[in-house]
Amino acid sequence: MFDTNILKNEEKAVFSLRSLYGRYGYKSYKMGKFEEYELYSRNRDFLVSENIIVFNDTDGRLLALKPDVTLSIIKNSKDETGCVQKLYYNENVYRVSPRTHTFKEIMQTGLECIGDIDIYNVIEVICLAAESLSVIAPEFVLDVSHMGILSAIVDSCTSDKELKKQIVAFAAQKNTHDIKALCAENNIDEEVCGRLCDFIGIYGEMGSVIEKLDKICCDAKSKEAYNELKFIYSLIKGTAFEKNIHFDFSIANDMNYYNGIVFQGFIEGIPDSVLSGGQYDMLMHKMGRKSGAIGFAVYLDVLEQLSVHTAEYDVDTLILYDDKTDIKELMKKVNEMTQNGTSITVQKQIPSKLRYRHILNLSGKGRENND
Amino acid sequence: MINIALPKGRLGEKVYSMFEAAGYECPSIKENNRKLIFENSDCGVRYFWVKPSDVAIYVERGAADIGVAGKDILLEYSPDVFELLDMNTGKCRMAVAAKKGFHDNTDKTLRVATKFVNIATRFYADKCRDIDIIKLNGSIELAPILGLSDVIVDIVETGTTLRENDLEPIETIVQISSRLIANKARFRFKADKIEEIVNNIKRYGIKND
Repeated sequence: MFDTNILKNEEKAVFSLRSLYGRYGYKSYKMGKFEEYELYSRNRDFLVSENIIVFNDTDGRLLALKPDVTLSIIKNSKDETGCVQKLYYNENVYRVSPRTHTFKEIMQTGLECIGDIDIYNVIEVICLAAESLSVIAPEFVLDVSHMGILSAIVDSCTSDKELKKQIVAFAAQKNTHDIKALCAENNIDEEVCGRLCDFIGIYGEMGSVIEKLDKICCDAKSKEAYNELKFIYSLIKGTAFEKNIHFDFSIANDMNYYNGIVFQGFIEGIPDSVLSGGQYDMLMHKMGRKSGAIGFAVYLDVLEQLSVHTAEYDVDTLILYDDKTDIKELMKKVNEMTQNGTSITVQKQIPSKLRYRHILNLSGKGRENND
Repeated sequence: MINIALPKGRLGEKVYSMFEAAGYECPSIKENNRKLIFENSDCGVRYFWVKPSDVAIYVERGAADIGVAGKDILLEYSPDVFELLDMNTGKCRMAVAAKKGFHDNTDKTLRVATKFVNIATRFYADKCRDIDIIKLNGSIELAPILGLSDVIVDIVETGTTLRENDLEPIETIVQISSRLIANKARFRFKADKIEEIVNNIKRYGIKND
């Protein structure tokens, strides 16, 4: 057995998450790195970044280095009444970083629950998302929203697609001042505008904000979504995650793809979201499937930013040798020490900047000195 | 402790006075020295001065929990942050300006000089106008005078610089003011304190003109 302390945060997370998803009956799903480009060109809006690395295969087919995993999983899924397919993956995806504007390889682990999705599946996925965060770090927050409420309120503001898009973008920034200005400019009813601003301003533990939400959800569509959230809250209440799962209605995934619960996860010490997911029945329907789906992805590359314990020394022992050293004796010493769990480096000279705890000099000169 | 990035300069001083009026004072900030970080643990705040165009970067990357940045910077760089409050200060507008009497010949590509490449590109893309964008880092007003560009896209406060150089604003793109922004992840862990600061600034810091 090896020392698990040598594992990086993201490597530890992969092991923990694989074990977690396996316990809940999710099957590992291994994919190739490439996918037909057409799959992405048809669903460009679903992708986090629009840029894709494209190339021609030897037979002339246009392929892409995968920018996303979910689309490939849906493509290979089948509708089976009453069944739910549960899968998890651990893959690299290739996306443009919004900060550096260059392509990055991103290690991603996630799960998808595809089929006849009911409230049990939704709560199972939410709890697995919370548990995924908890195995990575003790201090975490999982923020949950419902696209049904946001789309009901935005629909009551306007039917103009462009205007809706602008409102949703401001909602994602919790930007109530620009929403008010936009509503005034477009003669949107003040009461509806106020309801929207109140809605995106709601933030906190589920129990502390559920009443406020009740007052905002006054039409049939948003009431239905509210009832779903209320039921989810009743299931989470009293569990270990009650304090960690919050409502936050600034989470606004694309309304053309996501229709129900959406969520994002955060870990103390990392300035970005580390988990993102939701229910995406609309995407399933767009891709010709009758069933629904819910899933999430954990962005393992950002875990690099979590503080790590840095070792005081690079190696325990530096062993020096030279041309006069008996190589057989040197090898015997090396085997002895490494099998005892001591880390060593064998060098002819002391490397600059090497941090070592002990030095063992087996060079001819060193032996003379020892004698 | 809340880390707050403030924009260096006159606007930053004005913004600090709004935080001070809201109850988040830090007297050491007024001392005449070259320090960059100032802390008042009683109020739970730590301020630091950064270049105005860098505030959004400090906040987006989580080095600061919150900060104050101009809407021009937010529109140009689109950082992934929460925009929690219009501070109602640093007011100006982003406008297209040209030499007095300029006539836009829509038959040819429009040459646009600006520091704000993304804002200008989006503005003309919405109008389906073909433009040749010229990125400059300063003295933008010189471009149309020397024939480098047909128009400029820049911030106009009083219009004095334009007038003195025989230029005039011909179209407003967007109104600008300073905004209080927050890192999206930090907000989740410090929501109570950040919301308290926002509410106190709204109540005691902002003077509506």
